Amino acid sequence: MAPAEGVGPGAEVRLHELTKTFGSVVAVHDVSATIDRGSFFTLLGPSGSGKTTTLMMVAGFAYPTQGEVFVDGKPLAGLPPQKRELGMVFQSYAVFPHLTVFDNIAFPLQIRRARRAEIRQRVGEALELVRLQGYDRRLPRQLSGGEQQRVALARALVFRPRVLLMDEPLGALDKKLRAHMQLELKHIQRHLHVTVMYVTHDQEEALTMSDRVAVMQSGRIEQVGTPAELYEAPASRFVADFLGESNFVDGVVVGAPTAGRWLVRSGGGLEFRGVGAVPLQAGQPVTAAIRPEKLVPVEGPADALQTGAVNTCKGTVEEAIYVGDATRYRVVLGADGAVTVKVPNRLGLRQPAEGEAVALAWSPDETRLFPRGET
Amino acid sequence: MSPEPVAAADAVATVDASLAPERRDAVRYLLILLPAVLVLLALFVYPLLGIVERSAYTPKTGYTLEYYGQIWRVPVYLHVIGRTFRTSALVTLMCLALGYPLAYLLATLRPRAARLLMIVVVLPFFTSIIVRTYAWMVLLGRNGVVNQYLTRLGLTDTPLPLLYNQGGVLIGMTYVLLPYMVLTVYSVMRGIEPGLIRAAHGLGASRWQAFRRVSLPLSLPGIAGGTLLVFILSLGFFITPALMGGPSDVMIAMLIEREVEFTLNWSFASALAVILLVLTLIGFVGYNRIVRLERVFEAHD
Repeated sequence: MAPAEGVGPGAEVRLHELTKTFGSVVAVHDVSATIDRGSFFTLLGPSGSGKTTTLMMVAGFAYPTQGEVFVDGKPLAGLPPQKRELGMVFQSYAVFPHLTVFDNIAFPLQIRRARRAEIRQRVGEALELVRLQGYDRRLPRQLSGGEQQRVALARALVFRPRVLLMDEPLGALDKKLRAHMQLELKHIQRHLHVTVMYVTHDQEEALTMSDRVAVMQSGRIEQVGTPAELYEAPASRFVADFLGESNFVDGVVVGAPTAGRWLVRSGGGLEFRGVGAVPLQAGQPVTAAIRPEKLVPVEGPADALQTGAVNTCKGTVEEAIYVGDATRYRVVLGADGAVTVKVPNRLGLRQPAEGEAVALAWSPDETRLFPRGET
Repeated sequence: MSPEPVAAADAVATVDASLAPERRDAVRYLLILLPAVLVLLALFVYPLLGIVERSAYTPKTGYTLEYYGQIWRVPVYLHVIGRTFRTSALVTLMCLALGYPLAYLLATLRPRAARLLMIVVVLPFFTSIIVRTYAWMVLLGRNGVVNQYLTRLGLTDTPLPLLYNQGGVLIGMTYVLLPYMVLTVYSVMRGIEPGLIRAAHGLGASRWQAFRRVSLPLSLPGIAGGTLLVFILSLGFFITPALMGGPSDVMIAMLIEREVEFTLNWSFASALAVILLVLTLIGFVGYNRIVRLERVFEAHD
């Protein structure tokens, strides 16, 4: 029962107030999200954040305690997994060990009683899609992990599902292969316009592949947005910390904002301006998050730059680590502790030496302020 | 036990370090195997050779094939051998038919329920086979529990002959051998990754389709192992057919016992034993041809 021709490939998936409890443990709490037709949507979070449970509720292997999943507006309640017509790929490839590559990929078509000629043609196309031509007679144990994962992918796509669910599908692959497969997956998804719901704990993977990402923690969605939105404008300290890397400086809001930027005085006496992730008020304790690459070592005395348009501070380079594309500095700011500064290794950029006193400059717009007490 | 294991263990520890690593490993494995090999040689291979020799030797005339000729000439012996194989095949089929669903249930039930069921399956091993066979005789006899119930329920007027015939033998042997089938199949089924069944459902397979196309083929090594084990055990079965069968249900092990105990014709008994062994081996080879055991077991890894 492949979708009729002309029905557009990807379906819209809507999670409506999904909640799942196991006994007294709340695994997923009131999760709502809309996944656009043909988009790549990722649930990102640490282990135990409820992302896999959420995916399993869409797949039908777990039933929501409350809430509902809609695919193109139709509720999935009560439908067993085999009736949901969703493609699924798991971390453990779950390739059938007793079947050849061809028979593995033909499996969903045989289940749907497709004709022999059609099966042969579609399996051929699927093999081409995942670039495994000529592998059809092999058994899974003769394949590498990456190849098995491609078989699982081809098998999940061959019956043309309108939604593809993937649970950490690249988790077991080595770094280089994983990076390669990420791009390939993305290309396949764009090519087929299939809606993908993807689960991972790897933030880099989420940023690379997704149109939109939902960051999950303790069963809740912390923030949904494009990779750029999440990275540049994290909504909480957790997101700022989990996605990429951030320096955190604790302080207190001083006075009213000017042009939307709040002045913050840190515990160590540092003063800088930043943007509130949520509405703030004077006197409120906050944590400021600044990305290491947004901090720029500058020439000359820092005071000269103190115009309000740019934040500045003084520090001493404690450590410089060359990491290839960039150099990472650990700069001690006196009583406020140390921050990490990342400078691309490019001609014309100031690269201070260890022990050197430096001034750092950064934009108030790239300083996110979160109310403290929140994790 | 003899001091071999200790001596072997000492030797393992002091294997000459100057040997190449692979060689050293090989020597180590051989030393670990040594005690078992010695025990088998002394208690199994040597007596077996004795039986083979005795089957073709008489003190009076020296080496002879007379006993084998006798088996060939007298129809009753061939009949008994044929019946032994037929009964064993039937018992094996019945064990498979009853044991496979039970093993499937065991492998898919929740852990607590499975543990309980497992105890029920294994419990009979804690009682002597003779006691269990007598228990069946009490149940199946002319005035046994089963017949009493059947009569009282009006399902039959005269007691059914459930004992001292082939039916009795089949019931008794199936009962005794069922756990072997269940445990063998179960151990293989437990090894099937649950993710595979889930994947099958995810790809659209109904419960039956998932079973038929994934669980069943992946449990073939268990079926192969279980049927082989039960069949071979059946061939040499003695107590149950002796107690629950009738005069026309003699199996080859009973024949051998009769020659040893009553006619004291040990040479003829040996010849029968050798025939049983050879036929079993032929059966095994033929079975292996059809089922391809080594391939089935390999596929499971």
